[in-house]
Amino acid sequence: MAFSVPANLEAEITELISHYPQKRSASLMILHAVQEHFGWISQEAVEWIAARLELQPINVYELVTFYPMFRREPAGKHVVKVCRTLSCALGGSHELHGHVCQKLGLDAHAHGLQTTADGKFSVEFVECLASCGTAPVMMCNEDFHQAVTAAKADEILGKCA
Amino acid sequence: MPQEFRLILKYADEPGYTPDIECYLRHGGYESLRKALAIAPKTLPDGKVVGAPEQIRDDVKLSGLRGRGGAGFSCGLKWSFVDRRSGKPIYLICNADESEPGTFKDRQILHKDPHQMIEGMIISCFANDVKLAYIYIRGEFPEGARILNRALNEARAKNFLGKNILGSGYDLEIHVHRGAGAYICGEETGLIESLEGKRAYPRIKPPYFPAILGLYQCPTIVNNVETLCAVKHIVGMGGAEFAKLGTPNNTGTRIVSVSGHVRKPGYYEIEVGKATIGQLINDFAGGLREGRKLKAVIPGGSSAKVFKAGEKFKLKKKGPDGKDIEQEVDMLDLPYDFDSLMAAGSMSGSGALIIMDDSTDIVAALANLSEFYAHESCGQCTPCREGSLWMSKALHRMAHGEGRKQDADYLLKIADNIPGGRTICAFGEACSWPVQSFVGKFKDEFVARGEADEARRAAGATRPSHS
Repeated sequence: MAFSVPANLEAEITELISHYPQKRSASLMILHAVQEHFGWISQEAVEWIAARLELQPINVYELVTFYPMFRREPAGKHVVKVCRTLSCALGGSHELHGHVCQKLGLDAHAHGLQTTADGKFSVEFVECLASCGTAPVMMCNEDFHQAVTAAKADEILGKCA
Repeated sequence: MPQEFRLILKYADEPGYTPDIECYLRHGGYESLRKALAIAPKTLPDGKVVGAPEQIRDDVKLSGLRGRGGAGFSCGLKWSFVDRRSGKPIYLICNADESEPGTFKDRQILHKDPHQMIEGMIISCFANDVKLAYIYIRGEFPEGARILNRALNEARAKNFLGKNILGSGYDLEIHVHRGAGAYICGEETGLIESLEGKRAYPRIKPPYFPAILGLYQCPTIVNNVETLCAVKHIVGMGGAEFAKLGTPNNTGTRIVSVSGHVRKPGYYEIEVGKATIGQLINDFAGGLREGRKLKAVIPGGSSAKVFKAGEKFKLKKKGPDGKDIEQEVDMLDLPYDFDSLMAAGSMSGSGALIIMDDSTDIVAALANLSEFYAHESCGQCTPCREGSLWMSKALHRMAHGEGRKQDADYLLKIADNIPGGRTICAFGEACSWPVQSFVGKFKDEFVARGEADEARRAAGATRPSHS
């Protein structure tokens, strides 16, 4: 089946393109919009965006492989990002990440994004989230959480339906 | 005891202060913009007429404002480099890609007082004849992007943005552009590439100085969030008044982020240079935890060279007779400003202090930072791409019980061969400085770690428990 986007997303993309004197500039914002809708960026999505912006697919694909926030495979329903960098590490982010992984049955030493077998959660150890004064911090989907203890992490995960 | 001086964060943390425009207007919001738009042209004795934009630019130069993003470059000078004769449009980009580990000041402004930054941005655009501007915000700030979009819509509805702003005849549009998780987008030419829809590969200078060949090969200004807020206050109080804040050549206020092993980590706005590193740690951030001693301080974001507790520096100071006198200063007594930290061999960078007490495993701390740089190198230049990864791998090994006694020298050799014009952008420096300074200043610990690991391996033991 050919790749297609719903009308509201199409309208959003048209609006985004209008923000720039050159269409290509909209590619990052469109990738965000597409990933928000589909959960990841498929090869079909890459080709569709490229056509929309009158680019070659490689021009879009190279963004997906360069920018860490874009995913080339589906993630879990809820995506948890724990900050790894120094201030959070000094504040216990390795323990937090280990706790979250253990609770969800994931490997705390694995690299990159990993997803639970039931597809409910993905966990990633990410670089600085710019809230070093309230370490350790994590994001659950688009919500930001500060000074996260193991108990607070359990509560956050528990609220994810 | 020094006090905070809240200029930019004056209202941000007041109870009931909200990011919406009505609240901002109740607190004198957009008055500086009205003032800027109403500046009358001035006729000089030689008959030359100086318009409002040029007067604002002169005032910003007079204020002594230095960029708050990291380099501390004069804002007025940066603006003066803009090619105004090319006939091409001039763009302005607000760098809201706050990503330097240790830094969390722009987050406060964006989330709590977005209109202040937008007002500063509109004034800066007006001063530089900019008609189209962008806010480049890091992808990990989705809430920040929503707040900004809402604020821009509110500003448009009140005609602070859009066509014929407040009847002045000046048109401006601002859009939010989100990044997607790459630290290198904070580098201004990388940011510009990213805004053009490409990988954020920094551009080589010359010829690609943004002021001449920036976004779409047009003259472009890239200013940090806090810098743009300062512009609003410069117009509000006048450049000469602003220059009275802080210390000579280090004017205005600065929001300092303090994190790590202190009792009250947080952000503290001070007059630049009016508090020392020691005061920031002990008086503002509540000092170290019970029973702990200071081990090290990273003074300006993770890229800044580390200071070791007890380190002394010889700084030049103007004596009463105007002659330079040399003075020995303890690290903790360094005034927190641009020049003193540079004279001490580091930098105030993005204004972020990371404090490490004596519980810190210094090898693990550096391994953490090097992993960050290895992950964030854009990969364009071989010395940086390979070097940052080699350093990270060696440090990972050391932090996991597989050290060798020659590792300290090995790390220094790599770090010494990345910066100094071998790479397109300053990331080469940024990834080397932590290694050079950590290993240089704590060499005995790195060597001891390697020797202990070797001895253990020679005795046939496996990995130690700390891995």
